[in-house]
Amino acid sequence: MSEMNPPENMNSNGYEVPPEMRNNIAITTLDKIWNMGRRYSVWPMMFGLACCAIEMICTAASRYDLARFGMEVMRPSPRQADLMIVSGTVTKKMIPQIVRLYNQMPEPKYVLAMGACASGGGPFKEGYNVVSGVDKYVPVDVYVPGCPPTPQALLHGLMKLQEKIDSESIRTVRWYQPGGEEPIPVPILGPDIIDPRDFPKFKSVKAAPAKAETAAESAEAA
Amino acid sequence: MFGLGILKGMWVTLTHFVGSFVDDIRWLGRRYYTPEGIAHRTSKDARGVFTVQYPEESLPIPEEFRFIPFLIYDVEEDGSHQDRCTSCGICAKVCPPQCIWIVRTDDPETGRPVPEPAEFFIDIDICMNCGYCAEYCPFDAIKMDHDFELSSFDRHAEHIYNKDKLSKPASYYAGIRPTNYAREEAIKAEKEAKKANR
Amino acid sequence: MTEQAAAPERELTALEQRFPGVVTLDERKGYEGHIVQADKLIEFATALRDEMGYDYLSSITAVDYLTDDEEAESFFELVYHMYKSTGGAALVFKIQIPRDNPVVDSLVELYPGADFQEREAWDLMGIKFEGHPDLRRILMWDGFEGFPLRKDWKEPYYEEDAKPFGNRWPGGQVYRIEDKNPYGKNNQYPDGFDPSTWKESEDPKLYEVLEKAAMEYSEDIDTEQVVVNLGPQHPSTHGVFRMAVRLDGETIVALKPVMGYLHRNHEQIGERNTFIMNMPFTDRLDYLSSMSNNFGYALAVEKLMGDKATPPERAEYLRVIMAELTRISNHLWAIGFLLNDLGAFFTPALYAIEERELILDIFEAVTGSRMMCNYFRFGGVARDLPEGTEQKIKDLVLERLPRKIDELDLYLTENELIRSRCEGVGVITPEDAIAYSAAGPVLRASGVPYDIRKADPYSIYDEFKFDVAARYHGDVYDRYLIRVDEMRQSLRILQQALKKLPKGEILNGKNPYQVRVPAGEAYGRVEGPKGELGFYVVSNGKPNPWRYHVRAPSFINLTILEKMCVGQKVADVVVNLGSIDIVLGEVDR
Repeated sequence: MSEMNPPENMNSNGYEVPPEMRNNIAITTLDKIWNMGRRYSVWPMMFGLACCAIEMICTAASRYDLARFGMEVMRPSPRQADLMIVSGTVTKKMIPQIVRLYNQMPEPKYVLAMGACASGGGPFKEGYNVVSGVDKYVPVDVYVPGCPPTPQALLHGLMKLQEKIDSESIRTVRWYQPGGEEPIPVPILGPDIIDPRDFPKFKSVKAAPAKAETAAESAEAA
Repeated sequence: MFGLGILKGMWVTLTHFVGSFVDDIRWLGRRYYTPEGIAHRTSKDARGVFTVQYPEESLPIPEEFRFIPFLIYDVEEDGSHQDRCTSCGICAKVCPPQCIWIVRTDDPETGRPVPEPAEFFIDIDICMNCGYCAEYCPFDAIKMDHDFELSSFDRHAEHIYNKDKLSKPASYYAGIRPTNYAREEAIKAEKEAKKANR
Repeated sequence: MTEQAAAPERELTALEQRFPGVVTLDERKGYEGHIVQADKLIEFATALRDEMGYDYLSSITAVDYLTDDEEAESFFELVYHMYKSTGGAALVFKIQIPRDNPVVDSLVELYPGADFQEREAWDLMGIKFEGHPDLRRILMWDGFEGFPLRKDWKEPYYEEDAKPFGNRWPGGQVYRIEDKNPYGKNNQYPDGFDPSTWKESEDPKLYEVLEKAAMEYSEDIDTEQVVVNLGPQHPSTHGVFRMAVRLDGETIVALKPVMGYLHRNHEQIGERNTFIMNMPFTDRLDYLSSMSNNFGYALAVEKLMGDKATPPERAEYLRVIMAELTRISNHLWAIGFLLNDLGAFFTPALYAIEERELILDIFEAVTGSRMMCNYFRFGGVARDLPEGTEQKIKDLVLERLPRKIDELDLYLTENELIRSRCEGVGVITPEDAIAYSAAGPVLRASGVPYDIRKADPYSIYDEFKFDVAARYHGDVYDRYLIRVDEMRQSLRILQQALKKLPKGEILNGKNPYQVRVPAGEAYGRVEGPKGELGFYVVSNGKPNPWRYHVRAPSFINLTILEKMCVGQKVADVVVNLGSIDIVLGEVDR
């Protein structure tokens, strides 16, 4: 009985939990049921970006069959999806749409970065139109390395996501905190992509020093 | 006749449906979770249920399959590890997205380079699994791994692989790529025989 | 190369007499073709098209010849590749314009297929095409600062001019490049830029163009038109493609494709890479048929390298086998997803993917990767077939695939629903197909039997017996049928190739990690599954290409999309797009 008690920090996240409820095992059991319900019905969004999308489609097709995990219901609308599989290179031109789609997804929502490009820019990282990892803009839950990850590697990533879902509790997940979750500000297409969260930085940074620094670095290394 | 084309199409889907039962019965109990069952489902005669039930069963990985690179060390007779890598830098030079960083060891006394890397990093968030490092390595020191189950929750902590994480024994390599290993060993033995004869 | 240049040269001497001082032979070492005076371009191109039969404008690209040398002059050079739609070698001509005022006449009036390619040259190189009806940025967004392919433009993550980067070895302390950027991201802004005053534009120019195009369309009943955006996140756009559509009721009055959502700077990265490094990057162009991309790039560089890079016979056979297997797998996918777009939700696609998986098994066994094969090397292929693979290919080619293609034919071709949705939809006339530079199945379904494997044979294709598939209605149904035909022809080639597959070497010479490529230019083109895939490579003798351009068939085939769709219902747009068979990695590059 005692090991099923929620850890102390679980009750210290802003909720005023009455003392007699503190050791209530009902909440953890509820977590289990809640998690089980979610882990077997993660609906991904039908959302493909690049090469990895082809492997994602293959994962959903007959040989690898996502349906065995309850994930076959690919939803074209973000409003009905639980999971965004960012399958491919995220470009600056596309990131406003991706953030918008993420904001439109209802909670609970998860993001899986599939492949090197979505995780960290991949082989195209150096390009001028490539975002070096979708996690610069939206929070990512699971990273699947590979270029592209094989369907089996993606399935492994999805199982990892199920693991993560299992470890969550209704009390601690960020979207059920008081006040809810703020939507992520949508990046703006300016002379280069502008993240509204960077506005304070603009005052302290001038564009010029950035380049000087990298040039000096490389000269030093050479 | 109007509708004949549709009926033909439905007939094909029906044969696919029935075919799965025929195959299941013919292979009774052996079709799933057995190596010959998987081989059958990936052969030209495959029909019916095509699914390979990962993770319970897994597709056979062909020898040439490439994922993330790894470094090979030989285990000496006294149990110590000898890196095959001499930090010549060819892999870092040929890597298309430039995801390999090598720190060469310098002898503390003479200052000359020692043929062993002090550190070896691969940023797997950049690596494109092209296999050039393995292909052009003159010492057979870096090879492409078969392990694809690498998903993680945090890329910032885990996705730059260092030498410890990359190094694997030669026996592991022999296990995943037996024919390549045998061929390379034969070439090596031949070279050594030539040297001895001289 | 000399043979190819010889024929057009004789024709051009006649032209030189007509245009004295306008056309001169390009005499730089390793270069071919002629240089034309910029102000006479229209006159010259009209004569080419109307008098000499060069009716097919294959590729336009720009090269930035920037030099630090005080003596030499920096200039932009536009390179045009023209073909006859009846076959034969290329006619190459170039136009040199000053770097400080890069203006040139547009060819859109003469060759509508120049539309997107000129927009691309404007977007990435900053060359103004006078008379272009719609000169907007195409891959980047309006308002982006700078022209990225110019040699003096530096991206935010700029490290060095050429790979390999010096700091990777021997003192390679690992870092992530974003940690060196003040924003922690891949961003840079012009001096004095104030983000708070910046207003995001909702593509006003795009909607202006749409409205202008809609003015030409008149209906008796005055109705209000609406603008609908399909994509970039739309299940039927085959990726991140967007179409801005102006509708009158359900009828399309104007359509503008918007692309660049997957623009990953392939060409700029390619110019930083060494020659061999580009091979795995080409895999990621048309990621459904990576072997064909390898093929085109290998051909282009081998042309530059000359005899020392002629592949041995076995390698040529392996190349053809792989390229044709790729074509089959690509067409299976294309048909499956065309049917998906039609609403046959997933059954044909699933059947097609099953066969594709079996082909991918072969690729994985031979090359190590299912999709990103990286199999070709200059002068051969990377590795020989492993044990048992040849038998596997034979099993598939001789037994399973013919059976499965017949089955596909049986359950789809005569299906009344498919016929009623496809027949007479998205018709392209042969004249339009040629004028708009359509390529591949799109061109051949319109009754133009133009196949580079026959028209301008490369590798060993002239040793095989096969027919150029052609269909004559130019509608979506014919574009479906032609893919079935082509799969059967590919099987024919494969059967012959497997029978004749010789033993022997697979690579000419050694496989060095840095190849020596003499200075010069080369254009290698193959008949990819999507159409003419061309690689234009300029080398200046250094380890990196000076210019690396991809003539992407999916990208140029989209030029005709508006023409196909206007006047039809909005539901047909999706089908029309599906029948072109685009892959966004190649459209946006």
